[in-house]
Amino acid sequence: MSDELSNDAVVESREEIVATDTEQHPSAGAERAAAALAGVAPEPGVAKPDAILVADDVSKSFGGVRAVRVDHLEVQRGTITALIGPNGAGKSTFFNLVSGFDKPDSGTWSFDGTDISGAPAYRIARRGMVRTFQLTKALMRLTVLENVMLGATEQRGERMLAAPLRWVWKGQEDDVEEKARALVERFRLSHMAHEFAGICSGGQRKLLEMARAMMVDPAMIMLDEPMAGVNPALVQSLLGHIQRLRDEGTTIVLVEHDMDVIMSISDWIVVFAEGAVIAEGRPDDIRTNEKVIEAYLGKRRALPTAQENDA
Amino acid sequence: MNFMDVLSNALRGAFGAEAAIYALAAVGLNLHFGFTGLLNFGHVGFMLVGAYGVAVSVSTWGLSLWVGLLIGIGCSIVLALILGIPTLRLRGDYLAIATIAGAEVLRYFYRSDWAAPITGGVYGLRQFANEFFALNPYSSNLELGPLLFSARNLWVMTVGWSLVVLTSLLVYLLVHSPWGRVLRAVREDELAARSLGKNVYAYKMQSLVLGGVIGGLAGALIAIATQSVNPDNFNPAVTFYLWAIMILGGASRILGPILGSIIFWFLATFLDSFLRNATASGLISPDVISGPDVGALRFVFVGLCLLLLMIYRPAGILGDPKELRLDVR
Ligand SMILES: Nc1ncnc2c1ncn2[C@@H]1O[C@H](COP(=O)(O)OP(=O)(O)OP(=O)(O)O)[C@@H](O)[C@H]1O
Ligand SMILES: [Mg+2]
Repeated sequence: MSDELSNDAVVESREEIVATDTEQHPSAGAERAAAALAGVAPEPGVAKPDAILVADDVSKSFGGVRAVRVDHLEVQRGTITALIGPNGAGKSTFFNLVSGFDKPDSGTWSFDGTDISGAPAYRIARRGMVRTFQLTKALMRLTVLENVMLGATEQRGERMLAAPLRWVWKGQEDDVEEKARALVERFRLSHMAHEFAGICSGGQRKLLEMARAMMVDPAMIMLDEPMAGVNPALVQSLLGHIQRLRDEGTTIVLVEHDMDVIMSISDWIVVFAEGAVIAEGRPDDIRTNEKVIEAYLGKRRALPTAQENDA
Repeated sequence: MNFMDVLSNALRGAFGAEAAIYALAAVGLNLHFGFTGLLNFGHVGFMLVGAYGVAVSVSTWGLSLWVGLLIGIGCSIVLALILGIPTLRLRGDYLAIATIAGAEVLRYFYRSDWAAPITGGVYGLRQFANEFFALNPYSSNLELGPLLFSARNLWVMTVGWSLVVLTSLLVYLLVHSPWGRVLRAVREDELAARSLGKNVYAYKMQSLVLGGVIGGLAGALIAIATQSVNPDNFNPAVTFYLWAIMILGGASRILGPILGSIIFWFLATFLDSFLRNATASGLISPDVISGPDVGALRFVFVGLCLLLLMIYRPAGILGDPKELRLDVR
């Protein structure tokens, strides 16, 4: 009895946040995404009108732990889709599986209509599905600029036989450098461009990794906690970048723990708990979803209260 | 005790054929470890197959020396593939184990009775490089003050150092290209390179093959220079001298292997010559160090020098100490 009461209280307070959020003006991309998802029911595993990523029966166990067991999940093209869930819910593991960095026990998944289950990670990246890592992987003894330049695809000079022939690739290299410089500037790393990436701070590494991933020009970018450790002012501008990417047509899948961030920029939210998708929906649906609240706050343990003890 | 003698010996060691050959082999190792991060602890294996490629082709099969050279290079490529295909997809330590074991297995194989009809077994092969010395343009010895180089020696040195310069130039061009950038990215973090669409396995394989071929060339040159091959000259110590040379000069520096080899051989011949001179002239009592100990003892001192270097210049002589201060966050 008292359980229901407190849950209701939480739901109410969430509904207040809804009210304040809707005052913002949505961007063109947000409107497009909202329109596309308008008829989609907020149920786990629901089909999307234009899915770019479709995963079926993907599962992975570590010893006895079922880290991931996703029956069906679709990600709508051109949206910001957030993956949320408590620590250890299997979000990062799911990223690793679909991006080819880990082998699942079972399951198939396709990207942009092509089955890519079991494909090597570099092929998946070349197809246009790029991911970043929760624990950043800065290439320490490369400069910040080199880190970003590495992301460019189809570089002629990356073939061994062409590499010593500077004139073959110099023109393209200049274009790559120009593009990389622009990205480095966008992520406010210009002052570090020629420093080793290894001297970057934790937050700067997050920025660098995102810049590097964007250099690939992906159709879909999967960001594993891109905002962790980034200062609040920069978070706002990062959110701006992410939204702009979406407005330009890139699909974004985002793992994030900060609920304010999630609620403000996501077009669609997928909630993981204990490896499975337990809920899906628009931010408004998720805020008031009891399963989600339960997953986050934990099931009320039947701990005896003081009165019950007395009785 | 003739100090001038000791010094001139040391200089001859520093710029002699052996230093050139070790520098060449270290250029290949530097491509493996310095630029790609591959743990190759069996570089001598590449030298062995390169050397025997030449020796067997000429002595056993009666082919031309130049065909033998190509066969030696071919053998290095095959060895790189054999070592790389099963291990390069795995973690770095597997390659380390495979290369150590591979080089030793090869040595035992080449010296076995079973292979003896082809490789000469424990006795090895000799006198197969006359074609090379027939091309020698030098007709007289060269005297530079106290330094004396025979015409023969001069010819090997010329070819050796030219190959060192050419391969270093090639490596320079390669690593300063987008290809080299991927290679260095693989060295730093394979997963990151993979996440950006780079076929890490292919790059590691290319590096292993190319560095292996350079090692094979060095082996072929040893065989040619000494007109002999013997399996026991290709023992694991050679690999570790090469590592010492690379680290001494500075890994992942183009000139690192060259400078490293010069210093290494300067020290080794200097100490050898000094100790011999000192024991012969009675400066050091024969009770402390006797003649036969010198060969082993000099490497103890070389090791000591390396130790000091690692303390005071941990990144090597040409290395950038800034690189070592980068930590993992
Ligand atoms: N390599 C591994 N070996 C064993 N167990 C693992 C491994 N990787 C993940 N796990 C387990 O799988 C579960 C899911 O982990 P995962 O990293 O996917 O969680 P997450 O949702 O990303 O959590 P967080 O929000 O804390 O990043 C956890 O219980 C974790 O302990
Ligand atoms: Mg995670």
